[in-house]
Amino acid sequence: MTHAVELKNITKRFGSVVANDKVDLYVDNGVIMSLLGENGSGKTTLMNMLAGIYYPDEGQIFVNGKEVSIRDPKDAYANGIGMIHQHFKLIDVFTAAQNVALGIEDGKYDLKKVAEGVREISEKYGFDIDPDKKIYSMSVSEKQTVEIIKVLYRGANILILDEPTAVLTPQETDKLFRILKAMKEDGKAIILITHKLNEVMAVSDVVAVLRKGQHIKTVRTAETNPQQLTEMMVGRAVTLNIDRTDPVDPKPRLTIAGLTCRDSEGVSKLEDVGFIAYGGEILGIAGIAGSGQKELLEAIAGLRHISSGSIIYTPEGKSPAELVGKTPMEIKDAGVALAFVPEDRLGMGLVGGMGMTENMMLRTWNKGKGMFINRKEPEKVAEQVYEFLEVVTPSIDYPVRKLSGGNVQKVLVGREIASSPSVLMSAYAVRGLDINTSYIIYNLMESQKAKGVAVIFVGEDLDVLLALCDRILVLCGGRVSGIVDARTATKEEVGLLMTQVGGGKEANA
Amino acid sequence: MNFNLAGLIKAAVLNGTPLLFGTSGEILTEKSGNLNLGVEGLMFMGGAFGLAGAFWYDQLAGGNASGIVAVLIALLCAFLAGCFGSLIFSFLTISLRANQNVTGLALTIFGTGVGQFVGEQLRLKVGGNISISNALKGSFANPVLPQSLQDIPFLGQVLFSYNGFVYLGIAMAIVMSLFLNRTRRGLYLKAVGESPSTADAAGINVTKYKYLATVIGGGISAIGGMVYTMTIAGTVWNHTALSGEGWVAVALVIFCLWKPLNALWGSVLFGGLMIMYLRVPVSFIPSQIYKVLPYIVTAIVLIIVSLRQKREDQPPASLGLPYFREER
Ligand SMILES: Nc1ncnc2c1ncn2[C@@H]1O[C@H](COP(=O)(O)OP(=O)(O)OP(=O)(O)O)[C@@H](O)[C@H]1O
Ligand SMILES: [Mg+2]
Repeated sequence: MTHAVELKNITKRFGSVVANDKVDLYVDNGVIMSLLGENGSGKTTLMNMLAGIYYPDEGQIFVNGKEVSIRDPKDAYANGIGMIHQHFKLIDVFTAAQNVALGIEDGKYDLKKVAEGVREISEKYGFDIDPDKKIYSMSVSEKQTVEIIKVLYRGANILILDEPTAVLTPQETDKLFRILKAMKEDGKAIILITHKLNEVMAVSDVVAVLRKGQHIKTVRTAETNPQQLTEMMVGRAVTLNIDRTDPVDPKPRLTIAGLTCRDSEGVSKLEDVGFIAYGGEILGIAGIAGSGQKELLEAIAGLRHISSGSIIYTPEGKSPAELVGKTPMEIKDAGVALAFVPEDRLGMGLVGGMGMTENMMLRTWNKGKGMFINRKEPEKVAEQVYEFLEVVTPSIDYPVRKLSGGNVQKVLVGREIASSPSVLMSAYAVRGLDINTSYIIYNLMESQKAKGVAVIFVGEDLDVLLALCDRILVLCGGRVSGIVDARTATKEEVGLLMTQVGGGKEANA
Repeated sequence: MNFNLAGLIKAAVLNGTPLLFGTSGEILTEKSGNLNLGVEGLMFMGGAFGLAGAFWYDQLAGGNASGIVAVLIALLCAFLAGCFGSLIFSFLTISLRANQNVTGLALTIFGTGVGQFVGEQLRLKVGGNISISNALKGSFANPVLPQSLQDIPFLGQVLFSYNGFVYLGIAMAIVMSLFLNRTRRGLYLKAVGESPSTADAAGINVTKYKYLATVIGGGISAIGGMVYTMTIAGTVWNHTALSGEGWVAVALVIFCLWKPLNALWGSVLFGGLMIMYLRVPVSFIPSQIYKVLPYIVTAIVLIIVSLRQKREDQPPASLGLPYFREER
């Protein structure tokens, strides 16, 4: 039988970096294949060659048994291949329909017809999208839906999704998976890149594993398990667990009371939030996406205007100080670090064209004395991050923009941890990180806690929050709906708090 | 105060027309994500080559030169000169990915140099101020609409009393607006300027769109220089007459928020601001202050726009950035 798409002996190099090394791989129609591999193992690169973004240095590609040459995205579409990229490829100031219309040359230019087509596809697969809505006013999940519709509108038969769930809430993920299954029933071949093993197990039929650019093995999902997959990815036996220790002598580090924030339109983002974060403790923050997690961390870091409330900071062995009214720089210097991983990873705090060392320097430049900047110190930090987090890069001076998605992020998180803070706040720190690195990060948080740091950890995965944190604060619609003990709480309990404040009324859809 | 409003408006429109071409051309260019700061140079080239074309035609045809042919030749010469200048710019910035700011400034220096050279060469040849025959001059600067329309009080002056380039410019801006907003190619062009990688992934030929928009845009800008030389400057080459036009045109692009229809009234406003010091002089304000008015107005617009933060009013998102598919 012929395969929907088959790669033979594919090699791709970037300068001295071998991103893909003699890869053989195929997918059949009506099959969902997961593509698994550590950060920088070459997943995105491999798929980009199917989508016409890159051209292989060596090897052949077959579509439905026929050899094809995919020189640009047009060729990919002509061969029925559509890819939804890790970074969305949408024009912000266009409507959904305008975005779908890009590059389609059929007859008269008629946006109404396109909008009609979008509605038809939406009906068929159960999307919920307004063709005339501008992209910039859409949520991440809506944008992704537009991406999928774009591909389907062109009649793609082979769909590639690069980490589609990294930025989705669990509910949105479920919805996406239902759609993928509907497409599979429709006879489409689907390749799904993801780092979340539970998703791999839940949705795929087969799993292909890449390691350091090489295809290691393709196995049936039914015949494998997360542990085995992890070992195939990493290439050695690894233990994935978090050694949670008991907090030693916890002292209040941050005492927050009555914190209220409004956005520029006066809409309340945080309402009367109060809690205490202790040194030597990991405080988890859970909540449906957009419940005020980001705003809370930004408020503490001094990046957001605070309408009312107080944030008392008590560093080890010093007297308490009020943080409200201080500049972000003063707060940072006092030892309150924020590692926020935004949906677009380069968006916050990294300069793409600079190497790791220089990006470390951005954090420390103002510490130096004299006129010239000091390169030694940041270089050392860069080395440490490189080694400890196993960043895949040819050198610490290689532009971070060229690193794979996950490795960019290791640089971002590593930099904040390396600044030896006394309060470490992180949001979505493992977004897009492979499973092994995720656990390295978890254990890093754990060791920070052991050092007496007050760790505030905003996460999406409830299982991880329950296994890693000491206490979990649940936000709902900008209010604290409860604080639970992570050792005794259940997922259901937290889930319930996420949807209602104080066990009632204000459900936040 | 006693001054002639209709006269002021008319002067503003006439003076704004070169800007209308200069700005519209640059809008087309910038819509593709290319920031061509060489407009000043392009307008110089357009002015010099347009004049040279008409001059040589005049010389060759002698007494029986046709006005309409002279106008067409001037238009074509200016357009091609602009295309040539911006083709160099395109090759350097699109194919070789040179820095657009630097290349644009270089084009300004190159274009003004070439323009001056051609203009001065002509002057030397004639041995004095070069100019085309009076019969032909009229075909450039005289009103084109029937006298009866022009005789309507006030409106006749303000709307119907212009030379052909004014109406050509208006038509051009409207066509460009329709192209950008109503056609598939226009949508693609805007996509290229917003996010070339997105356009590329959609199968749009980014390089082709960037080249075409930049080259044609450069040609249109250059026509503005020709219009200036052949109407306002009275077909006489004067080496300082055009200076600054191109820069005002670039500022006007921002003022118009990258919309050709805004350029219609924006160019009249800027055209008016540029001649205010002649028409409504206030004794204690030095004329230099008047001359920076266009830039001050642009700065104010920039501030207002950034305060309003409306997404549609922002410059094309990839403006000034080179594109390379395998770069990330
Ligand atoms: N355009 C490029 N220029 C230079 N190097 C590149 C480029 N694209 C990819 N690479 C390198 O190729 C390797 C594979 O990258 P790729 O993005 O395919 O990894 P990935 O498996 O998708 O990782 P992640 O899970 O982090 O997204 C990395 O070492 C990366 O630095
Ligand atoms: Mg990737």
